[in-house]
Amino acid sequence: MSIEVQQVRKVFGTYEALKGVSLRIETGELMALLGPSGSGKTTLLRIIAGLELPDSGIIHLHDEDATRSTARDRQVGFVFQHYALFRHMTVFENIAFGLRVRPKSIRPTERDIRVRVHDLLKLIQLEWLGDRYPSQLSGGQRQRVALARALAVEPRVLLLDEPFGALDAKVRRELRQWLRRLHDDLHIASVFVTHDQEEALEVADRVAILSEGNIEQVGTPDDVYRHPVNAFVAEFLRDVKPRVNGV
Amino acid sequence: MTNSHAQDPVLVRWILTGMALTALVLFIVLPLAVVFVQALEKGWQAYRDTVVQPETVSAIELSLLAVGISVPLNLLFGLAAAWAITKFQFQGKNVLTALIDIPFGVSPVISGLVWVLVFGAQGWFGPWLVEHDISIIFAVPGIILATTFVTFPFVARELIALMESQGTEEEEAALSLGASGWQMFFRVTLPNIKWGLLYGVVLCTARALGEFGAVSVVSGHIRGQTNTLPLHVEILYNEYNYAGAFAVASLLSVLTVITLALKKALEGKTSEQRG
Repeated sequence: MSIEVQQVRKVFGTYEALKGVSLRIETGELMALLGPSGSGKTTLLRIIAGLELPDSGIIHLHDEDATRSTARDRQVGFVFQHYALFRHMTVFENIAFGLRVRPKSIRPTERDIRVRVHDLLKLIQLEWLGDRYPSQLSGGQRQRVALARALAVEPRVLLLDEPFGALDAKVRRELRQWLRRLHDDLHIASVFVTHDQEEALEVADRVAILSEGNIEQVGTPDDVYRHPVNAFVAEFLRDVKPRVNGV
Repeated sequence: MTNSHAQDPVLVRWILTGMALTALVLFIVLPLAVVFVQALEKGWQAYRDTVVQPETVSAIELSLLAVGISVPLNLLFGLAAAWAITKFQFQGKNVLTALIDIPFGVSPVISGLVWVLVFGAQGWFGPWLVEHDISIIFAVPGIILATTFVTFPFVARELIALMESQGTEEEEAALSLGASGWQMFFRVTLPNIKWGLLYGVVLCTARALGEFGAVSVVSGHIRGQTNTLPLHVEILYNEYNYAGAFAVASLLSVLTVITLALKKALEGKTSEQRG
């Protein structure tokens, strides 16, 4: 399930958040959108998800034009920076939400929903927390529940906005590796936004480096680190200690 | 809090507490007590007689009717306004937010007068209304309009504050998980704001029941027809029927106390939701 973005432009008021950005992400690929704050990376992610409409440009999901389709129709799993868990629902109901809102004809039975949610709880290793509320969970647990909720609907692509931003260093490292393994099992296209150079280079298959609404360079971590195309990329990645994946 | 150095001396605490309690008794408990004492001055029998008088009953009915129409209307308006303001970006948003507060800013007398100027015999639509034999001013529709206008901001303001603090991420999550607009509203938004909504409705109801100024202007004070409870209190008082006036006032006071108790109970719930 590939993602293709062509010449996407987005303006907020007088501020040009994206200045004609093009990017292709293949099935099975884990792509990082890396850049300083204000570089347009989150806007690009939200446009792929259909939470924001581009002013011009085209979005293809699985080689179909999805530019005008709504967030609801895109079958995109989106993990929000602050998780956006439904605060009045238990963990179980949060994860079941995407299944329960389906039209009757394609909604799984109650029993199938239970099975599916329990499988996901097992996947995120939080089987015993199904009847807790989000406010009773730690940050790392919330993050995993948010991921399970997004995965429940079997999304065609997985989009994560600063997935580890609000977590402490140790939990972040664990979740990173866990996400990497999970992505490899799912075999879908995933994109995550980060401002952390080390995180992007360590986890992603390819990295797109953004600055002020433009993509400066796209390539493997090794590629962008060793062969920066311009001064911005070189400067931006200079202080990173490379622990490039695949090594 | 265990650090005794950080605390005020015992004497100061006692004085402050004493002052607060005195003020509370003097300005709140005492007047409220007076209402009930005066109401029962001539005994239970007289109290009951006043309360079951046809004019009192019709005042109660009219008050409940005004509340029964204006509160649901304001619930819908408030919900729509809060939704628009907090979940969307559009031009003129600040103007809309300011407009919502207008009924709080203007004197209730003006709030009543505007309806007279629009729908009264000399007003914009006056001649047309007379022609079609529709009465709004000095009739029940005017009372409902005035009540609705005065109580408009309660639900909207409560919800705007709550929904702003909650943001739009949960709604976006619902949409990206495949929910329709209605599913998003009923399964995510409404449960998140239900206590705040109820709180706004309680405040709105209390104010609608007690509204005097605006209603007084449009009512015409026709006994048994366009008299609400607060207006009825005034009429009885002006006729030197003190026991009667206080009896009706005590009814309003009881409703107020119930409302306040509800409000207190709901406050805890809304702060939980904000968290």
